[in-house]
Amino acid sequence: MPSVPLRVALAAAAILVCAAAPHAQDASERPAWQGHGIKPQSPDSPFEEVVSGLYFRSKETQAMQADDFNNPGFLAVEQGQELWSKADGAAGKSCASCHNEAATSMKGVAAAYPKWNERLGKPVNLEQRINLCRSGALKAEPWAFGTPELTAMTTYLRNQSSGMPGAVTVDGPMTPWFERGKALYYQRNGQLDLACASCHQSNHGKYLRADFLSQGQSNGFPVYRLRDQRLVPLHERMEGCMQDVRATPYAPLSDEFVALETYVAWRGLGLPVETPAVRN
Amino acid sequence: MRHAINRRHALALATGAVVATTLALRAGPAHAAKNASDEAIKAFTRGKEPVRGKVRLELPEIAENGNTVPMTVTVEAPMTEESFVEEVMILAEGNPNPGVISFRFTPSSVAEANTRIRLAETQNVIALARMNDGSVFSDVKQVKVTIGGCGG
Amino acid sequence: MADVKPRIKLDKKEVAKGGVIEVKTLVSHTMESGQRKDKDGKTIPRKILNTFNCDLNGKTIFSANMEGAVSANPYFQFKIKPAESGTLTFTWIDDDGSKIQATEQIKVS
Repeated sequence: MPSVPLRVALAAAAILVCAAAPHAQDASERPAWQGHGIKPQSPDSPFEEVVSGLYFRSKETQAMQADDFNNPGFLAVEQGQELWSKADGAAGKSCASCHNEAATSMKGVAAAYPKWNERLGKPVNLEQRINLCRSGALKAEPWAFGTPELTAMTTYLRNQSSGMPGAVTVDGPMTPWFERGKALYYQRNGQLDLACASCHQSNHGKYLRADFLSQGQSNGFPVYRLRDQRLVPLHERMEGCMQDVRATPYAPLSDEFVALETYVAWRGLGLPVETPAVRN
Repeated sequence: MRHAINRRHALALATGAVVATTLALRAGPAHAAKNASDEAIKAFTRGKEPVRGKVRLELPEIAENGNTVPMTVTVEAPMTEESFVEEVMILAEGNPNPGVISFRFTPSSVAEANTRIRLAETQNVIALARMNDGSVFSDVKQVKVTIGGCGG
Repeated sequence: MADVKPRIKLDKKEVAKGGVIEVKTLVSHTMESGQRKDKDGKTIPRKILNTFNCDLNGKTIFSANMEGAVSANPYFQFKIKPAESGTLTFTWIDDDGSKIQATEQIKVS
């Protein structure tokens, strides 16, 4: 990489050295993530054990998620619930007009996203599916990515699959999208020249500076981040990762991020949906 | 006869030499915060000397993120009309503003409260509890706030 | 999440005299601390919930004064020993003077 200045290359190297080196804190204080996961569902899985990001977090953070009332992410679940039956758009309909009770009609649905959309000839993720309903049946304006409404509805729908195993399918027309996502996962990016895999595959369970690296699973998204004190959708988190390696991020809801989301969902296949999870 | 006790003296007695040392070493922008907390402590203690004990702060040793740190404060008090804790004040002197929160209790409440707070950096968090007889108790806990990495 | 109703949870709504009820409250609010700057480097003015009151039949039995160091979406967990049956009123007061309010009925026998 001749165009990368030496000091940046050194910074990247330093980060990985830090990741491998024991952190200043006592090893006994590290979250014990091993043994909390599931056996990979595919023989091609890169993991011996597939572990939710929950077990890479501190006991205080885990406790905050454990109780539905303590978990501040449930504010969004409740907002989503209200939006579900609120009429919006020229058709005068709400989500409930077509889908009735989300607790029954949406149970398990979100766990299978991103999903192939025959009409569009490409996969859509949950946010895109919600907006297809808005511009279609509801004749309403699609919600912009990152708006509290879209994130709340996504959170509410994901929560209807809470505890159910992630069930994305990657065969048939999804295969090229899976492959594209996989290529992006291993693609080194940015001035720090790091791929998703550099941290979340090769170095999970180690410290990157002050951060205890997880497997980068998506089963808890949108997550309530302690840092942002609000719900953060998956594509915003991916944007953040790309900024952290000093790359220009792909746009939320872009084909690249939908492909990556598909591939990441496959890496966590079978992990229970935790939305809204609590993360650092 | 004891002269007017300055804040540092009171706090050293209250929370141990570690706090006093931290404060003594503090300089620069933290000065404003320290002066503000001096004022807050003076108003709260009403001249009483805080005694270490009775009030207990529970905080993580290492905060996963300083923006949301779970905190519980408990006071040993009978919580009867005769004897109860009136108020507990929480201060974070490493924050730009030291005031965090004050809880007011009555004989109809239990002397215990939990909330989530913001800590700008690694620092000591101080709890002061004033009983209905005017006596003041204190506790202090250091919280390491990690900055950097992808979570920070 | 501005129009989200506060979440209130009591571990029980009926208690013998002298008994304890655990209360949990969670309310949606950004708790803008006044310490942050916007993209142009201008300080974003403080806008927080500064007061929380838990009243039983109009009399405050637990309260809190908050500063900018309380995290967004303030959460409280506390315990009360209600002396009588009646209405618990939970009130959050915003810097702009507006109030968020919720009530619960309890029975003391």
